[in-house]
Amino acid sequence: MEAVAASQAVVSTRRDDTVPLPAFGHNEPRNAGMELDLAWVLDSRVNLSATERRVASLPGRRTVKKDAQAAWLLKAVTCIDLTTLNGDDTPERVKRLCAKAMNPVRADILDALGMGGRTITTGAICVYHRFVATAVEALGNSGIPVAAVSTGFPAGLSPHHLKVKEIEASVADGAKEIDIVITREHVLTGNWTALYEEMKEYRAACGDAHVKAILATGDLKTLRNVAKASLVCMMAGADFIKTSTGKEGVNATLAVTLTMLRAIRAYEERTGIKVGYKPAGGISAAKDVLNYQFLMKDELGREWLEPKLFRVGASSLLADIERQLEHHVTGAYSALNRHPIG
Amino acid sequence: MNVAKFFDDMSYGSAPESDTEARAWLARHAAGFGHFINGAFVPSASGKSFDTFEPAKGEPLAKLAMGDKVDVDNAVAAAREAQAQWAGLPGHSRARYLYALARMIQRHARLFAVVEAIDNGKPLRETRDLDVPLAARHFYHHAGWAQIQETEFPDQVPLGVVGQIIPWNFPFLMLAWKVAPALALGNTVVLKPAEFTSLTALLFAELAAAAGLPSGVFNVVTGEGQTGALLVEHEDVDKIAFTGSTDVGRIIRERTAGSGKSLTLELGGKSPFIVFEDADIDGAVEGVVDAIWFNQGQVCCAGSRLLVQEGIADLFHQRLIRRMQTLRVGQPLDKCIDMGAIVAPVQLARIEALVEQGVEQGAVLHQAKSDMPKGGSFYPPTLLTGVQPTSIVATEEIFGPVAVSMTFRTPEEAIQLANHSRYGLAASVWSETIGLALNVAAKLAAGVVWVNATNLFDAAVGFGGKRESGFGREGGREGCHEYLKPKAWVGRKSRTMPSHPQLKSPVGDFSLSSIDRTAKLFIGGKQARPDGNYSRVVTSAKGMAIGEVGEGNRKDIRNAVAAAQAASGWTNATAHNRAQILYYIAENLSGRADEFAARISAMTGASSAAAEAEVDASISRLFTYGAWADKYEGVVHQPPMRGVALAMPEALGVVGVICPPEAPLLGFISLVAPLITTGNRVVVVPSEAYPLSATDFYSVLETSDVPAGVINIVTGSAEELASTLAAHNDVDALWAFGSADLCATVEKLSAGNLKRTFVDNGKSTDWLDRSSAEGSAYLRRAIDVKNIWIPYGE
Repeated sequence: MEAVAASQAVVSTRRDDTVPLPAFGHNEPRNAGMELDLAWVLDSRVNLSATERRVASLPGRRTVKKDAQAAWLLKAVTCIDLTTLNGDDTPERVKRLCAKAMNPVRADILDALGMGGRTITTGAICVYHRFVATAVEALGNSGIPVAAVSTGFPAGLSPHHLKVKEIEASVADGAKEIDIVITREHVLTGNWTALYEEMKEYRAACGDAHVKAILATGDLKTLRNVAKASLVCMMAGADFIKTSTGKEGVNATLAVTLTMLRAIRAYEERTGIKVGYKPAGGISAAKDVLNYQFLMKDELGREWLEPKLFRVGASSLLADIERQLEHHVTGAYSALNRHPIG
Repeated sequence: MNVAKFFDDMSYGSAPESDTEARAWLARHAAGFGHFINGAFVPSASGKSFDTFEPAKGEPLAKLAMGDKVDVDNAVAAAREAQAQWAGLPGHSRARYLYALARMIQRHARLFAVVEAIDNGKPLRETRDLDVPLAARHFYHHAGWAQIQETEFPDQVPLGVVGQIIPWNFPFLMLAWKVAPALALGNTVVLKPAEFTSLTALLFAELAAAAGLPSGVFNVVTGEGQTGALLVEHEDVDKIAFTGSTDVGRIIRERTAGSGKSLTLELGGKSPFIVFEDADIDGAVEGVVDAIWFNQGQVCCAGSRLLVQEGIADLFHQRLIRRMQTLRVGQPLDKCIDMGAIVAPVQLARIEALVEQGVEQGAVLHQAKSDMPKGGSFYPPTLLTGVQPTSIVATEEIFGPVAVSMTFRTPEEAIQLANHSRYGLAASVWSETIGLALNVAAKLAAGVVWVNATNLFDAAVGFGGKRESGFGREGGREGCHEYLKPKAWVGRKSRTMPSHPQLKSPVGDFSLSSIDRTAKLFIGGKQARPDGNYSRVVTSAKGMAIGEVGEGNRKDIRNAVAAAQAASGWTNATAHNRAQILYYIAENLSGRADEFAARISAMTGASSAAAEAEVDASISRLFTYGAWADKYEGVVHQPPMRGVALAMPEALGVVGVICPPEAPLLGFISLVAPLITTGNRVVVVPSEAYPLSATDFYSVLETSDVPAGVINIVTGSAEELASTLAAHNDVDALWAFGSADLCATVEKLSAGNLKRTFVDNGKSTDWLDRSSAEGSAYLRRAIDVKNIWIPYGE
């Protein structure tokens, strides 16, 4: 009995871990989660039209120009989970992506921006379990974490015990972040207890690796469902909540984002815990990511602009940002082939 | 700042819109703008001018002509000269002009937006994304009404020359709201923009002329309040349309009294913003941003009075205060701000003074710690909590970015608090429960209600207030009627008042006398003796005494109004129920038709055939309005959003009726029936000369299941009783048909609570002519349209 108690004490200490983590990666106190508060979950109300009006007026209320724009875009680069999640992925393909993650912006451009002295890398590399070890090796001591999509990504319908095993295998291969997919059925049937238990088990299986809960908002359809699923996943200990796998019909949107950010804020109001946010899928233009950044800053605050609390799941966004940055530096519009491929 | 610093602190920086084009336009007019009269800029006849300032900088922006009498006369004369030809054009021709104006606004959209932002101080985001596109939308929408005017309004004609006086808070949008319908329907316009913000009107005039609008159709006279007053008092102006403060609206009502001018007033408000515990709280918090921190809170329909259900009040305020902190106040042309400058130092001082008073009276002040630009008139987003209804900030319109918040316990209390105001412009209701939201929306005393939204506008959806927020609607079909009048009323002649013959002394004889029938007043469903206990003799056409009626006084009016107020059940009765009662009245009148005809003959000397015709017409008219009871319905608007706007006709409430001197029965029925069929309760003063048809009528009412208090009858002096009714602050409207003097008195005294008036200015109506004496012209004046916006979606 004493031994068990001691190990629990160790676990709880680790949850309040304040040991400095690498510069990129989660270094907030982790979300320990809380008891499932069903009354709170069921009390969720989201008015679609009101949500849409807020996001529709956003681009008119916030914009950044010139140096500020370059800085914000560069910040966005540091928040990108550079991703490849395709059936034809191979080790060499993943290595190429890792190289890009370590050098996302041409050195001469960084110099021209006055940022030559800074280490600018993407927030993470995001791959399937099969390529975790490859990526970990390729990234070496860059400090860039490897994130593994897991739990039967993207549909999340594999046997539960296999999903848990999959998490454990990725952690064993060196993944520092696990992007799990929830069982959408639990949301669509209102089985919040099942969702909570599932998420809790995933969180436990992750150990020290941080866990991002992919809600697959395109499958959940209503913002009310999104709000409820967000709360349940945070109660069960998700470090990040994430919109999409990138494989649903509709991926990240600003309306879904606003809903999830408000859930994060409400969770912080009650628990003091800061949960991160990751939109994924469909954010491919520099001007798009800026709107997400504006929402992060205005709805949650300055801290949520850093990779510890904000990631963007994207594969082609980086290329557009590179072009915008070169334009900022030279005044001439850029072309894709002027920037190394990732 | 450089990239590295921005990268570290992630601040926004500034994002200024270029003002090069706008400044170039101003530079072209550096010598000073003239008035725009008869298609060209002309200097003030007096040579006087005044400066307009840039609110964000406090510096002079342009020199404007000061309009005086000669300028106003010239502008009105130009408008008059052009009007017949303009109205004579086929609707399609006017539609082409309106369409050209809409296209012109779109072609020059950015110039309008930048000039407006510089001149007013409001953010470019708003001028670019709201004011200017909505203005263009109004011209498109009304181009459509011009196109279909001949078929949609076949029995209506334009009013003529319209004087329009617009405010400084939405200078260009208000121009569009007023000018588009006026021109579309065949009127010509003299516009007086606000002295703080005349520039977009002048730009519009310049570009409209370039777009080919004929000379004289649209004229602008710039100046201060005195210039507006000259327009208001001008004898050759047929209508005044005003948007501005309630105080000025009241003065305009008084000054136009008896002039025969049509009037629309869009005035102030203290609109409630009601948040129920089952609302999307974050959505509602954002709603407050759109309600009161839109246009620096200088919005007549701003949701300035927050009513929050007690159980969520702390959470709601906490989130609202947090949200306030992220609002950015800055230069109007900065594209990264939420709020710009207050229009003028005098307004800023007023806001500061009112907030100070509110705090002295116990309110808790919360303000955003925004970095505000120096040099201009800026005020931070502000919330006052713990405000009691007795505080000045709870009742006065602040017209600045200041929300005051109070709590309520139940939906019933929310409605009570919301309606406890002199105003009735707009309201916003936040609840995710459809039954609750719609029930509250229906019960709010407001011209516009937004469900889970705020400050939504569209050209197809009428906008306008109740109570001291003014009268008339702008936009949609109901807005068109504000610029039209029934063809049947054109050429009405002044009435000849019935002469009171000399009372002859009766000669008694010994024949069996009829049993004395003492006509009383009819108040609250009961026959009542007049308070003063005096009577007046009613004579026949030949001067013989044929009866006596009570001499009603102001206390009788007070009692009748109280009875009518108490009969609110009638307003909530079903239309079917009201129809049945109107038919029943007709049925019972029909049973006593001969008696009523004989009475008419006895009083007026009319032939029995004429008297019978009047009774028959009365019965038919009751049927007409019985028919309308369940057919005078609202419409479902389709504004550009996912949702609907329900235009619902609502009873005005308690309406005073001064019956015409002639047609003692038919005149009475023609005014009372449209009012009660739409759910109003009435206090009626019958024809002073021929009151017995009305007093006979109360026994018909008693046998027709008319609920007590729905129709109250007070006989006596029309002039005296009308004055009491007109000044009574618990009377919502007054219809007065009689002498021109009586109508003038009614209009003048109605200014107190800005009750709606419907007068004939001493013109006689042929009550037997259905086209001029019954139907929609009357029904429209018996109701206010409430537009309930219902966005939907899950």
